[in-house]
Amino acid sequence: MDFGFIKKILDIISIWAIPVIFAVIPLTALIKKIPIYETFIDGAKEGFDVGVRIIPYLVAIFFAIGMFKESGAIDMLAQVLKPVLDIIHFPVDVIPLAIIRPLSGSGALGIMADIANQYGGDSYLARMAAVMVGSSETTLYVLAVYFGSVGIKKFRHAVLAGLIADAVGIFTAVFISRLFF
Amino acid sequence: MLGYIWLFLIITSIIAAAFTGRVEKVTFAALNSAKDAVTISISLIGIMALWLGFMNLAEKSGLISLISGLIKPITKRLFPQVPPDNPAIGNIALNFSANTLGVTNAATPIGIKAMEDLQEINPKKTVATNAMCTFLAINTAGFQLIPASAIAILIAAGAKNPTVIVAPTLVTTIIALCTAIFVVKTLEKLPVFAVEKYKEEE
Repeated sequence: MDFGFIKKILDIISIWAIPVIFAVIPLTALIKKIPIYETFIDGAKEGFDVGVRIIPYLVAIFFAIGMFKESGAIDMLAQVLKPVLDIIHFPVDVIPLAIIRPLSGSGALGIMADIANQYGGDSYLARMAAVMVGSSETTLYVLAVYFGSVGIKKFRHAVLAGLIADAVGIFTAVFISRLFF
Repeated sequence: MLGYIWLFLIITSIIAAAFTGRVEKVTFAALNSAKDAVTISISLIGIMALWLGFMNLAEKSGLISLISGLIKPITKRLFPQVPPDNPAIGNIALNFSANTLGVTNAATPIGIKAMEDLQEINPKKTVATNAMCTFLAINTAGFQLIPASAIAILIAAGAKNPTVIVAPTLVTTIIALCTAIFVVKTLEKLPVFAVEKYKEEE
């Protein structure tokens, strides 16, 4: 399959998606005889409230993750997990990445960059790390922002579901990488 | 549950810092992160306001309910408690599309709009509904067609053939997405997570 071609089409879509939306939405509003400017302002007003409402949620999560990243706990945890993960031939170099992925987006990209620089951009480990980063999200950040924006304090099963899916995603990334590369 | 994870992160950080001799650095990181959290929240306000303005226009013009109608067959299974013509459904679809295409700065405000719509039909305002948890499980699975930032890092590290990761990443993310939906739908039925168990506080 020619990924270069598919990527080109997707690039065009992502470049044009936003300008097209900016044009289509107000034009539709015009046709539907909606007061365009007033309606926009009414919606935009909420932006400030949302930004302020998520502050305590983000402070809580960033504080704990900031400490965790700086303390060296990730490497210690990786050492603890190593004997177990060795059994399934989980590469030791990507264990820290697997730990940080659901916690911090920038942290994960940083660790992935370290792996890629150390082993080379076309190396097996760099590709595995890339699949791991590309196939998942910063679960705790997403939960904090989205629940924070509407003031939900009891997340119920969302955290466990997100983390189980992350864990499955990480093991799948290792398995699929072994298959592909 | 988040409380336990939070405590785990704090306590392990302090214990690890004691071993690695990074106590002062950890203290600094803690205080600095709190500052960063506010900077990020405030810097989101502009983009948030812009998109929420456009989304209000889209909703009032009927565009959102149009999208809701189109994807009804899928969403009535995923979000049985949400009326099919609720704007939440359309916003969830748009959030998913924006994430799929990698337009993340639009995805977050649209997703928040979806959360607000879901919150309107939520009887307990501080407790998450099944629909919210399902939506966020789909969101945190991180489905996207092109892993742009991962590819960028590979290129920066001198990769000659970085796009080889596209297919395996897609396979992995589809498996993660299916797992997320399966897990969240299974967990919502467990008595431990039943809505009735949670008291609303204010």
